[in-house]
Amino acid sequence: MTGSAILFYALGAVILSATGFAITRRNMVHAVVSLIISFLGTAVLFSLLGAPFLAILEVVIYAGAIMVLFLFVIMMLRPEQSSVRHSFLRGWGPGLLVAGAFLVSLTLIFFRGHLSSNPLEIATVMPAVFGRIVFQKHWLAVEIISFLLLVALVAAIQLGRGKEDEKGEDTV
Amino acid sequence: MIVLYGHVLVLAGMTFFLGLVCILVRRNLIMTLIGVEIMMNAGAIAFVGASLKWHVLDGQIFVLFLFGVAAAEVAVGMALLVTAHRQADSLDSETFNLLKW
Repeated sequence: MTGSAILFYALGAVILSATGFAITRRNMVHAVVSLIISFLGTAVLFSLLGAPFLAILEVVIYAGAIMVLFLFVIMMLRPEQSSVRHSFLRGWGPGLLVAGAFLVSLTLIFFRGHLSSNPLEIATVMPAVFGRIVFQKHWLAVEIISFLLLVALVAAIQLGRGKEDEKGEDTV
Repeated sequence: MIVLYGHVLVLAGMTFFLGLVCILVRRNLIMTLIGVEIMMNAGAIAFVGASLKWHVLDGQIFVLFLFGVAAAEVAVGMALLVTAHRQADSLDSETFNLLKW
């Protein structure tokens, strides 16, 4: 087993345990902080799989921007812990159903052997090459994404303004 | 040599599954959005691994666009969530059942 294989399995363990820890917390701040660890592990995994630019973006966008946005909203709304205890089966029934389907498909992937013929070789894409191909081959998609972000920005502002009252002042 | 591509797929699948469980089991709307983020991240892992296996750069480029979609989605999701909390004073998904028959 090579060093990068050991690194891969260690990162996989970190990602899975941090994510599993995150989705079981009742305190949401703990969940978000644990998820940041999971995303940092994913960033290192990206750089191991030959995408250093995406690794940086993962840290900046996911672990930085998105998780900080979650933290802001959690701290702004101060969501109370739900006082109603739902019955076990309401939540976990569909969860267990999906778990069964997932295990079947995972076993199929693993034992088909088609995708596991030869190990991945180490190859790295430099950010300069990456950027050149993005803007040569996929410039239209870049424009569409920028338009999507603009629409999301307008929607977020419009939703966040709240209803205007009779005097025409924002009730924010 | 790193590992077999199947192992990357299994890792991405298990992460995706954790996000799905988070959506199905948790009753809090913030945790639902967190589940969506986990699932998108799992998709990104699978794409980067596939890009390395077939030596095609398009997988990594798709992940770049995935990040853009994730950022837009979380911005709109958070704005919706703040609006819902302002109207119903609750973040429990059971509260929002007006359209339920």
